[in-house]
Amino acid sequence: MGRKLLLEHINVPGINTFAVYREKGGYRAVEKALKSMTAEDVVEEVKKSGLRGRGGAGFPTGMKWSFLAKPEGVPRYLVCNGDESEPGTFKDRYLMTYIPHALIEGMIVSSYALGAHTSYIYIRGEMMPQIRIMEKAIEEAKAAGFLGKNILGTGYDLEIYVQPGGGAYICGEETALLESLEGKRGNPRIKPPFPAVAGLYGCPTVVNNVESIAATVPIVNDGGEEYAKIGIERSTGTKLISASGNIAKPGVYEIEMGLPVEEFIFSDEYCGGMANGKRLKAVVAGGSSVPILPANLILKTMKGEPRLMTYESLADGGFVSGTAMGSGGFIVFDEDQCIVRNTYNYTRFYRHESCGQCSPCREGTGWMEKILYKIEHGHGDMSDIDLLWQVQQKIEGNTICPLGDAAAWPVAAAIRHFRDEFEWHILNPEASLQGNYGLAHYADPLVPVTE
Amino acid sequence: MAEEVQNFKVTIDGITIEVAPGTTILNAARQIGGEIVPPAMCYYSKLEGTGGKCRTCLVKVSKGSEKDPRPMPKLVASCRTTVMDGMEVLNITSPEVVDARKAVVEMLLINHPLDCPVCDQAGECKLQDLSYEHGAEKTRYEFERRTFERIDIGDKIQLHMNRCILCYRCVYVANQLTNKREHGILFRGDHAEISTYIHEALDHDFIGNVIDVCPVGALTDKTFRFKNRVWFTKPVNAHRDCPKCTGKVTLWYKGPDVIRVTGRKDEHNEVEDFICDTCRFETKRTDDWKLEEPTKISDQSVIASNHYLQFDPPHVIQDNPVLQEANVEQLARSEKLK
Repeated sequence: MGRKLLLEHINVPGINTFAVYREKGGYRAVEKALKSMTAEDVVEEVKKSGLRGRGGAGFPTGMKWSFLAKPEGVPRYLVCNGDESEPGTFKDRYLMTYIPHALIEGMIVSSYALGAHTSYIYIRGEMMPQIRIMEKAIEEAKAAGFLGKNILGTGYDLEIYVQPGGGAYICGEETALLESLEGKRGNPRIKPPFPAVAGLYGCPTVVNNVESIAATVPIVNDGGEEYAKIGIERSTGTKLISASGNIAKPGVYEIEMGLPVEEFIFSDEYCGGMANGKRLKAVVAGGSSVPILPANLILKTMKGEPRLMTYESLADGGFVSGTAMGSGGFIVFDEDQCIVRNTYNYTRFYRHESCGQCSPCREGTGWMEKILYKIEHGHGDMSDIDLLWQVQQKIEGNTICPLGDAAAWPVAAAIRHFRDEFEWHILNPEASLQGNYGLAHYADPLVPVTE
Repeated sequence: MAEEVQNFKVTIDGITIEVAPGTTILNAARQIGGEIVPPAMCYYSKLEGTGGKCRTCLVKVSKGSEKDPRPMPKLVASCRTTVMDGMEVLNITSPEVVDARKAVVEMLLINHPLDCPVCDQAGECKLQDLSYEHGAEKTRYEFERRTFERIDIGDKIQLHMNRCILCYRCVYVANQLTNKREHGILFRGDHAEISTYIHEALDHDFIGNVIDVCPVGALTDKTFRFKNRVWFTKPVNAHRDCPKCTGKVTLWYKGPDVIRVTGRKDEHNEVEDFICDTCRFETKRTDDWKLEEPTKISDQSVIASNHYLQFDPPHVIQDNPVLQEANVEQLARSEKLK
């Protein structure tokens, strides 16, 4: 049984209310941080904990905080990125729905560490219930004296505001989020300057994921070193994984870093194995933008070692035979699923969500979608696969923000690992409209993967 | 006691130049001149905040700076990346950059109608030049292109969204030269379009400049539409006393008639001064103007008749043998014209 830090009391009735949360030891971190620690101490603890950003990129949170420019007389802001919209990821929504106070507590501690007196929680517009829940939680915390002027008599002031977004995936990119928060069109900004220097309203700003902010609570409570004991290597602590797809028990699970992928899928404690006794075909390990891996590669690395749920192990082999931790959207496909259709579906999403600012992403995502539509609907040509490969190659790395990369990677990985399924679609257009390729050799042990 | 500004040394395609700190790679390259200047479709030096969008000016930074010599991991947009001391940049000498630029041009063209034969911009269109220089001969795109209805924004300007490459220049013009924000982008992704607030007519003294900044034929002058091909017209620089703008313009003559008035454009296709709509649309008689001289046009341009743009080497080139070597073709051309 793995340790739970964020979801420890998730099953306690009424944990979404202030009274129950407080009774279960909530807001201890605020008391400890504000009364007995300086802001630098908190940053130091977060650095020691080795906490890495839970939003996708995995950048060390402590380091991000220490980059924050601190000019005199200029306000600093903490912005919580609750614009969770990656297909396959729903952990932040879960956290905000069931234990909103964990986020509020984390916000207070983090804002204190950064010296911010106004903080924002930017939540995607579609998540209206969560916006209401967070607003209610802020009111409760305020009534109890944990927010507002002179918190707990320590002289620290903090206001937290909830800002509903317009429902765009691109607003999860930090600079687009800031633009949107300022009331403008959510186009990513061109970096540099980075938000740590000039972010919201031109002031130094830190943008963190919901889960990263909530994870500062156990770090402050137990100390960074204690937190770093969980997990292996540079992947420390626990991580929320949103498991979905053809598994027996989809849902949000808190895992200790370093759990083997095989155990995560097949153990009854977590996903409980494949649904309906089907066989595993492929897994997208970290939300739609990370490379999809066939069954044999997701369970074992190319070196033959078991793959673990850590930033390093999942990325083992680079993009040739590895994937990425991403935001923890774990999507499992069984043998009945069609990879071509799935790739088309993802690309359709990225085409719809591209902001249209820079040309490779704006035009390229639409082009890829049309080619994939053609292949999926039985009109494909063998040269389309190469064309698709070249188009994705030209998008990747040439765009302003990572959305271009996020659109290109799933296509690249699908062609790299499932090329014969694409070919089968093209050669058997009629059969591909009725059935699908099936498991084929994707679960065979140690199939040499060609590039 | 003014402290002397320490200039940064930057090497672009093997040519070293010293520029002031804060200069972008693109502007450093423009100071060197010649073939190594990256093309720019969205960047406009007179408009704040432009650039970074079209990705045609991508370059490779092979050495970050003297202090931190690591190369930058990705290609960078030269129009928005400032130089560092000791930076080394590869533009046309990097196959990676050439390849990426070709790909960007292909992407820009997949939804462009390529209706150059009926487009007023043909002959002075940057996208046309770009696709001649960097594009492929054949398109690999076999799907329907996006189409839009033509919109009249104001009585003098027509928007033909099909041709637009979404460089955002006109949006910046509307934001920075006019005091109302009523011209912007609707929707997102490849269905994004330039439009005005509920089809409101753009009515402002300087709004005509959106025509000048548009690199393609998306925004055209309705008083000039289908009147003539630009290469049949003769550009002449002229000025008048205008209470609203500097009044320095280029008149485009067809025989004795002025058929179009635009701002004066430099070799990077950027206007010297933004001109007002009175100058642009309403003063179209020779006796409204004091003529100066025929506009100098690059001899590469289809408009070129007699007055070729001379290569005016900046000082850095004049006393640097390496730079002279790199610009040998341009210098020879100027010699020939003298």
